Amino acid sequence: MAEPLLDIRGLKTWFKTDDGMVRAVDGVDLHIDRGETLGVVGESGCGKTVTARSVLKLIDMPPGRFEAGQILWQGRDLIPLSMDEMDKIRAKEIAIIFQEPMTSLNPVYTVGDQIAEVIALHQKLSRRQAIAGAAEMLRLVDIPNPERRVHDYPHQFSGGMRQRVMIAMALSCQPKLLIADEPTTALDVTIQAQILELMQEMKERFGMAIMLITHAMGVVAETCQRVTVMYAGNVVEEASVEALFGNPRHPYTQGLIRSIPRVDRSAEKKQRLEAIAGTVPNLLDPPPGCRFAARCKFAMDVCSQGLPPLKEVGPGHYVRCVL
Amino acid sequence: MSAPVASQSAGTAPETARPLLSVRDLRKHFAIRGGILSRVVDKVHAVDGVSFDIKAGETLGVVGESGCGKSTTGRCILRLIEPSSGEVWFQGADVMKMDHNALQAMRRDMQIIFQDPYASLNPRLTIGAIIGEALIIHKLVKSRQAMEDRVVQLLETVGLRPDHMRRFPHEFSGGQRQRIGIARALAVEPKLLICDEPVSALDVSIQAQVINLLEDLQEQFGLTYLFIAHDLSVVEHISTRIAVMYLGRVVEIAPAAELYDTPIHPYSEALLSAVPIPDPTVKRKRIMLQGDVPNPIRPPSGCHFHTRCPIARPDCSQRSPVLEEKRPGHWAACHYRD
Repeated sequence: MAEPLLDIRGLKTWFKTDDGMVRAVDGVDLHIDRGETLGVVGESGCGKTVTARSVLKLIDMPPGRFEAGQILWQGRDLIPLSMDEMDKIRAKEIAIIFQEPMTSLNPVYTVGDQIAEVIALHQKLSRRQAIAGAAEMLRLVDIPNPERRVHDYPHQFSGGMRQRVMIAMALSCQPKLLIADEPTTALDVTIQAQILELMQEMKERFGMAIMLITHAMGVVAETCQRVTVMYAGNVVEEASVEALFGNPRHPYTQGLIRSIPRVDRSAEKKQRLEAIAGTVPNLLDPPPGCRFAARCKFAMDVCSQGLPPLKEVGPGHYVRCVL
Repeated sequence: MSAPVASQSAGTAPETARPLLSVRDLRKHFAIRGGILSRVVDKVHAVDGVSFDIKAGETLGVVGESGCGKSTTGRCILRLIEPSSGEVWFQGADVMKMDHNALQAMRRDMQIIFQDPYASLNPRLTIGAIIGEALIIHKLVKSRQAMEDRVVQLLETVGLRPDHMRRFPHEFSGGQRQRIGIARALAVEPKLLICDEPVSALDVSIQAQVINLLEDLQEQFGLTYLFIAHDLSVVEHISTRIAVMYLGRVVEIAPAAELYDTPIHPYSEALLSAVPIPDPTVKRKRIMLQGDVPNPIRPPSGCHFHTRCPIARPDCSQRSPVLEEKRPGHWAACHYRD
């Protein structure tokens, strides 16, 4: 098998706080192959965003620090790289878009200037040419009147249009990997559908891989090939989308899927939602053993004694559970 | 007390029993001021003629995208925001004509819970004081001991522990804070609970806990809900009937299952088709709406939806469709769909 594009091994990203060490990411393994879309799902505080930001080293250090692990980008570990070397990776190989585009766009520059800046990083162009390139990128992401809109400021765009601008900016360096951190969470459902479709189109056009961080299982089911489920800083399950939804093996994944109401089942008798009792553990002092044990209806004594390993239960299907 | 004299009975359920709540042609225009004299330069038509009824014991879901006026509608009903015009009848009484005292008394029967449990609880009060406050305002308890007993009972009803009453809001998780908000609303034994995006800020596993709690409480206390949310899956799950709003107007009202199986309005249809289904084996045809929701300061003429509607015809920009009963109990506002 070919070397994965990105291979994260045993990553631990911890944060020092006044109350102690927060183990936000505590031993994460995941990989992304060229051209695939990997979904990383989990609830608030599971470490999915910290994992994504660790890849680009967008973590403030201190308070954060890499406690252990490797982030292999095309076989090369990113963790020891200097800031200058990371800048090259960020400019040309891995791009990221965030949930709230307004906070990642500079309000005092036109969107054209901001996209042109990215274009100028890897092509020697005049300002006029770079702005024209920016307009071309806006056209690519279906923003109407791109030649005019390129001179507008971020506040003159709607939420959905801003996310298109972010995608245009991310794509203008023709990355091999796009990390999308909850890209549609702040958007209305009809706009979300537009943005997801756009990302799919762009992926096919540029042949890039996507790491889609989300809490929405529906979005994962519709856009990803593989999924990594995270809980309290650990990966609890990894599988193809078909296997994960068709045959979820970890009790947390099962609970997550069953706790979502579904619009396509209205004809059937309404079933009570299966809520997962309790709340996520405190990552200052995570419980020994399986972190889901306290909320798990199948928990046994052995569950609290040691963290179960991620074991293969089917081709490419891994589960961190003793069952 | 007099029965509502409704000029139109839009969105009325088929049964003839008097509804618990009737809203007729409700409007709320927010003034936009500008210039050095702060003159009114424009108006946002946040709620632009909304009518519906809610029967005792049912859950009416209100869905729509940001800015469609669903939250403003909820707040206007309680007069937390003063409506510009329209009628609100609650238990046969005219809410718009109520003075301060009557309104205060009415709010004992009509409570609200909000989206953000972080912002709606006073950080300096203990949970006991937050819940007890409502009991004192409405003079429902005679002694401190009676108040504490009632608070304990309420905490247990919503799945919290009695010792939680001595703690402060920051000591709780999001789901627990929403339970506190629910306990506070239940303290006065309301008949109608307006739920304004009650689970939107919560993680899915916690969201399910709160939805189940709301369903249990409805059964236990015979509550009626006006359930406002943008998440169509959640609304479909909890509602008896659903009203779909677009740019300040109700475009469709129907029983929940019927709306999802056979929507009439092209907007409802597109909205439903845009909801991602958590099952990779389900492949559906998606109706992509072009563009964004128009600016509510200058909504499109005629049918507000005509600029994005896949079946719009020239006269849709001229004539506003009225909400008509196209099938029994199923109302929609569209010139070209029946």
